[in-house]
Amino acid sequence: MSDGTTSQRERSDYRKREESVTLSSEPVAVEETHELMTLNIGPHHPATHGVLRLLATLEGEVVRDVQPIVGYVHTGIEKTAEDKSYWKVIPVIERMDYLSYYFNAMAFCGAVETLLGLEVPPRAQYLRVIHLELNRIMSHLFWLATGALDLGAVSMFWYALRERERILDLFEMSSGQRMHTRYIQVGGVIEDIPRGFAAKLREFLKIMPPRADQYADLLEKNQILLQRLRGTGVTDQQTLLELGVTGPLLRATGNPWDLRKAAPYSSYDHFEFKIPVGTVGDNYDRFRVRHAELYESVKILEQALEGLPEGPFITPDRKVALPPRHELATSMEALIHHFKLVTEGFRVPPGEAYYPVEGPRGELGCFVRSDGSAKPARVHMRDPSFSNLQAFAPMVRDGYIADLIATVAMLDPILGGIDR
Amino acid sequence: MPDATGLELTAAELQEAFPSSILGTEFHRGRAALLADAGKAHDVLERLRVMGYTFLASLLGVDYYPEEPRLGVLYELLDFKRVDRISVKARVPTDEPLIASVVDIWAGANFPEREVYDMFGVVFEGHPDLRRILMPEDYEGFPQRRDFPVGGEPVLFTFNEEKSYGKWQ
Repeated sequence: MSDGTTSQRERSDYRKREESVTLSSEPVAVEETHELMTLNIGPHHPATHGVLRLLATLEGEVVRDVQPIVGYVHTGIEKTAEDKSYWKVIPVIERMDYLSYYFNAMAFCGAVETLLGLEVPPRAQYLRVIHLELNRIMSHLFWLATGALDLGAVSMFWYALRERERILDLFEMSSGQRMHTRYIQVGGVIEDIPRGFAAKLREFLKIMPPRADQYADLLEKNQILLQRLRGTGVTDQQTLLELGVTGPLLRATGNPWDLRKAAPYSSYDHFEFKIPVGTVGDNYDRFRVRHAELYESVKILEQALEGLPEGPFITPDRKVALPPRHELATSMEALIHHFKLVTEGFRVPPGEAYYPVEGPRGELGCFVRSDGSAKPARVHMRDPSFSNLQAFAPMVRDGYIADLIATVAMLDPILGGIDR
Repeated sequence: MPDATGLELTAAELQEAFPSSILGTEFHRGRAALLADAGKAHDVLERLRVMGYTFLASLLGVDYYPEEPRLGVLYELLDFKRVDRISVKARVPTDEPLIASVVDIWAGANFPEREVYDMFGVVFEGHPDLRRILMPEDYEGFPQRRDFPVGGEPVLFTFNEEKSYGKWQ
């Protein structure tokens, strides 16, 4: 319905191209024997793990090209962060990649701590490791649940989410929230773990390896799953490195690059663990690498819980961290610090820092620029899903469209992290 | 991270290979950075890749308002063998935001460069497909610039949807 006034607007090239994508999918003849068809998948499609849209060019059932289209859940978090004081950025930044909130907070706090030149107490580093590794297991479980669901193994969804619930219960115990917990703070963590947490965590650590064995029993002997994963989505290591891919996808090709080992942060060098690697870099290797990481994270958790040092859980620097509640009643100075932190926040000396951590999907790096005020002048998150998505077209090209779905499942993109 | 001496040596080597390509160095909190001339950033990055920094970890834009030139393009490079990181920073002015694309050096620069173009309006010359990536393709303005207000994006309601940028009829 155009009334003349609004129809004046010129259609942009983008709108014209969008109109040319038909949903009826009429094939376009290239030669007499070849036809190409453009198929639109998404943005709302359960197998795309969020609002990912794919424009696939098909020749019969073979994918000749695919174009990922993103931006549907762009919320401008980086822009919002510029308008908030440093400690208020943490809750918004956690919502970028919504399955690895501890990692987002860790990367941001690490960058700010670098700019401040702040030492994090050992206990806080261990508590961070405990929550980061729990988050890694939780993220991998969710990937396993939804990934297996895409491949037809529906019961996996309930089994994996059953264990994920236990982790969310632990998060709730330590911070009060199940998701987006705001647990990691600049200088440490918000609170020490409560009584009963260690016992509950031990119980979970005892239960997790046998449960992971069960998943393997369910999936490893499933012919349908194996046939869909083995030899599909193969990409060699060099291509992945050129495209900036890190994490389990890179390790599946046999490259043991893991920042926890290569450039340890937050006391990761205190723990003994192995880095699972694959051999050929197909979807099966990606599945195996992530599955094996579940066991390694459990190992780290056991050691971190065993060796948890005594001491403060957040930096004693009152200019950065809130004073303990009981001091407010007795100390005027504590009251002033509390007031300054809550109203203005803390100021960070000018500078720029890039702080990378090993997220569940690869290198998660946070860039923070400070201009000396109490608000960051720029926050940028290098999200692994964003870079890894570039490798999607080389992975699925010249394969079957059914393998495309399997590859999306094993790629594990989180659209909240891609669009930010 | 290269130490301060290593950074100066790297800078001197690049300066020798490409005269007046390095405008300065920064060594802050153990992080090494090279300030490169925007016109020669491509050469510098190509040479750094040969020198061992084979992985482009991150590519991002920064608005240095009110400093001039305002827009910065930052490259975070990684050396797998020595586990070493270095950043390269180039600045371009807002009235002529041109810089050579590095997609020919790292294919993975494709999406990040599109993001910088989308958010800051920096034009990457030689980019194979320079379109907006996160904002709608016919969006006007560059939202991450410092002079773009928070809330600058109008909320779409029924009464104003006809005036929205996405509507053509």
